[in-house]
Amino acid sequence: MIMEVDGVSFDYAGNPVLDSVRFRVRKGEVLGILGPNGSGKTTLLKIMNRNLSPKAGSVVVEDRDIARITKREIAQRMAVVPQGGEINFAFTVADIVLMGRMPSLERFQMESDDDLRIVWDAMQRTKVDHLADRPINQVSGGERQRAIIARALAQMPHIILMDEPTLHLDVNHQLEVLDLVYGLSRDQGLTVIIVSHDLSMVARYCDRIILIHDHRIEAAGRVEDVLTPDNMRKVFNIEAELDYDERIDKNVVSIIRPCRQ
Amino acid sequence: MNNPDGIEKGVELFRNRSVRWALSLLGLIFILFLVILLSLSRGALDITFLGVIDVLFGGGTDIERRVVWQLRFPRVVMALTVGAGLAVSGVAMQGLFRNPMASPFILGLSSGAAFGAALAMVFGIALLPGYLAIPSMAFAFCLLTLLLVYNIAKVGGRVPIETLLLAGIAVGAFFSALVNLMTYLAGDDLQGIVFWMMGDLTQFGWDNVYVVLPMVIFGASIVMYYSRDLNAMMLGDNHAQNLGIEVGKVRVHLLIACAMATAAAVAFVGIIGFVGLVIPHVMRLIVGPDHRILVPTSILAGGIFLLLADVLARWVLAPQVLPIGIITALIGAPYFVYLLRRRRKEVGW
Repeated sequence: MIMEVDGVSFDYAGNPVLDSVRFRVRKGEVLGILGPNGSGKTTLLKIMNRNLSPKAGSVVVEDRDIARITKREIAQRMAVVPQGGEINFAFTVADIVLMGRMPSLERFQMESDDDLRIVWDAMQRTKVDHLADRPINQVSGGERQRAIIARALAQMPHIILMDEPTLHLDVNHQLEVLDLVYGLSRDQGLTVIIVSHDLSMVARYCDRIILIHDHRIEAAGRVEDVLTPDNMRKVFNIEAELDYDERIDKNVVSIIRPCRQ
Repeated sequence: MNNPDGIEKGVELFRNRSVRWALSLLGLIFILFLVILLSLSRGALDITFLGVIDVLFGGGTDIERRVVWQLRFPRVVMALTVGAGLAVSGVAMQGLFRNPMASPFILGLSSGAAFGAALAMVFGIALLPGYLAIPSMAFAFCLLTLLLVYNIAKVGGRVPIETLLLAGIAVGAFFSALVNLMTYLAGDDLQGIVFWMMGDLTQFGWDNVYVVLPMVIFGASIVMYYSRDLNAMMLGDNHAQNLGIEVGKVRVHLLIACAMATAAAVAFVGIIGFVGLVIPHVMRLIVGPDHRILVPTSILAGGIFLLLADVLARWVLAPQVLPIGIITALIGAPYFVYLLRRRRKEVGW
């Protein structure tokens, strides 16, 4: 187990957000944390990265309780791709990706040529190398998101945590980015955790799914066991079916109609 | 997918940046020396550049040595230190608050420090004895102002920039009014305090330098120490945390550093506006937003700017000496307006 979330609870001023959430993450898998907006999944992500401390429970990464190690030690193991947002400063795309080496460098240590190679390799993988010199506030939302993903890859993490990774991306870039991290999980044993409300994308790429509903885990397990018509009706209020498309060797969700109340 | 040639080209790109950084630092150090020479040579007794260099290496007449070493040199160091202190707090605060308008002046820190210093001057209230009386009071009130502004601005655990600036302006105005009140009540000391409030570099000896210099070095060192963290913090707290930075701790340390550097500057030289605001912007346009180069170049440029302003202050109405705050505001205010008129993107914000 590369990560264990054990009995995590959280509330904002008495309103429960998460209620004894418990699951394990296997090394090298692509895990989807799926749920509608407001189900508590973003709070869960923040707790998994210790941006928030849970009211109860613990998160253990590679046998270390993250409450007991430094932020830097967490960042050496786990990279986070936050939801895309404005960046208002004229840092170049290369500057941003270079920041991914921060957790690995001593305070006054300049980046070595090896660091620069890691950074450039990450930029090539996410196809932002041709933007290296462009200020980040002058590229498109999709390009910015790819630069942030490159930064996460440059951290050379064991776990990559993605918050709604497809939100600001065009469909072709969604597929490219997810193909990329999926490939890294297969080839290099990178563990990928995707927090999303995007049913189709999670069904397509994830090995396992944790389905969050009303602040607790509704179902967990393999895609075909979790995305049943009953679960999708209950959690997302839709009539939908999970199919297997042999042309692409992937699961696809056929959304039929919203449920009538 | 990844071609090694491309990687080497990319590495080259980063290497060029280090060269650019080194060049901008060297350029500023060169200008610094020129301005120091200029400042040492001008005054009631004009000495040539070569004459000054001669004096620095032990030559020259007795008078020249006395003028350069006892009168002008402490003043030069004072101007450099104060300019550097204000610029370094400005650059740190703009990064910390992710706002181009943040500066020790706008956030009320200068006025708060001035109030503390004025208390010590007018009423003799002091925390520490002797030479440390005024700077220690300035630091205490600078920190107090910072906490006050920060807490007023805090809305449900967050500090939105808008409320922060408004709180800074309000608290700053309040402390300014108190300083004015004290000036009014000061009576006989009036001339001295009025001059100090407008920013005054006259009559400084080495003993003042020994107090101000360590305070500014302390503040600047902390900002330098956290310069890389500042880069990540400019992207937002969540980005910084994800990159392993203990954001809360770093922020507190940086705020203390800002208060220290600002207090040192204000305690002796009064309120000098716009250095902390303008210098970081100019340097950001030249060297870019990376704090690892932005902080040291701002420190140098702040010192250079204030020293030049001092040369102007002595030269414009010679033999009268203008308060240096007038000069910096005359240059700084139009530039501030220019910044406001330009679109944010072009300035890099």
